[in-house]
Amino acid sequence: MSYRSHADLGGQAIHDRVVPEEEGELFHAPWERQALALTLAMGATGMWNIDMSRSARETLPDYRSLTYYQIWAKGLEKLLTEHQLVGTDELTQGRMLRAAGHVPQVLRASEVGATLSGGSPTLRSGTLPARFAVGDEVRTRSAEFGHHTRLPRYARGKIGRVEQVRGVHVFADAHAQGKGEQPQWLYSVVFSGRELWGDATTAGLSVSIDAWEPYLEPVR
Amino acid sequence: MAHDHDQHPEHSELGEMDVRVRALRTVLAQKGYIDPAALDVLIETYETKIGPRNGARVIARAWVDPVFREWLLRDATAAIASLGYTGRQGEHMVAVENTDSRHNVVVCTLCSCYPWPVLGLPPTWYKSAPYRARAVKDPRGVLTDFGVTLPESTEIRVWDSTAEVRYLVVPCRPAGTEGMSEDELASLVTRDSMIGCGMPKAPEAPR
Repeated sequence: MSYRSHADLGGQAIHDRVVPEEEGELFHAPWERQALALTLAMGATGMWNIDMSRSARETLPDYRSLTYYQIWAKGLEKLLTEHQLVGTDELTQGRMLRAAGHVPQVLRASEVGATLSGGSPTLRSGTLPARFAVGDEVRTRSAEFGHHTRLPRYARGKIGRVEQVRGVHVFADAHAQGKGEQPQWLYSVVFSGRELWGDATTAGLSVSIDAWEPYLEPVR
Repeated sequence: MAHDHDQHPEHSELGEMDVRVRALRTVLAQKGYIDPAALDVLIETYETKIGPRNGARVIARAWVDPVFREWLLRDATAAIASLGYTGRQGEHMVAVENTDSRHNVVVCTLCSCYPWPVLGLPPTWYKSAPYRARAVKDPRGVLTDFGVTLPESTEIRVWDSTAEVRYLVVPCRPAGTEGMSEDELASLVTRDSMIGCGMPKAPEAPR
């Protein structure tokens, strides 16, 4: 399949130093504030969900050469044009050239506090019993997905152990594709450093991911 | 000029983004998709109300109150909500406690998932390629970049935030803080220590 995420970075051969930053340094240019606020405000319209936003960002061809707020701004432009809310000509000219589309809701200043403090919980009530229990050995899927997924490449085709059952959550893979929530059981699955990285592992390392049930198969 | 990359790549890049985002904002406002006043409230909220001092209060409470600590480790979402911190990007919280033998580190290798209600917006390094690439494979090397060296015998658990669960590290309470108030303790809790990339500050020596 042709879907390609440029954002799946875990374990990649990137050796640059991590550069610490002071707590108060939130933005590095005024437009970054606007990119954040515009992204949140447009997310609140209900035209797309957070998984669709992640998918739009991770498939930007130049993802790796962009700063994070550039990714957000370009991801937002992509969502806006894909949903035909805005034309590329309007973005280029910086003004409205044709009538607005319909958005389900507009976030008003008076609603920001309640919207943020309410959030968007993904926990759903499950009807099917969980397939796995704490302590079970599981193998993660190794096959390609061909769409947005939250199973990172470094943790594919690996054997881990279920450490926590997190309840039934909106399934990001389906949600990102506009196929509805399709809630699935979610598990914290832990892997030894050796399972993930072989002899290159560091002493005493274990890594966990949060994996939806369709990512997992029983071992034995 | 906006495309004068050769001479001033950084400045022209910033200027280009400034123009681009300004255009975006204008079009969205003209079309009525956004309320410009809401943008100001959003920015103000994350610049002044929601940040790592929230998380520091959670940690300080856990350090002084064993019942709260137990609640935090059992049901972090509820325990944190009792201090007034809820909502976007913190809907499903899990607190993971450091001990003498185990150190926790939080990352999102796939994007930038981060517990906003308690830590605010993520720092640049948390979203950077080196952190996301290295944290799951070479966490000791990453910690070295923050000036932290752990004994070889310390287990390291990395939590990759691949779904909507958000993780908060409960660092070890520093030695020599026995008589300190909750507020004083909170001032020792750094943002990085709640991600697992730093340690709380040591108390100042008594004068």
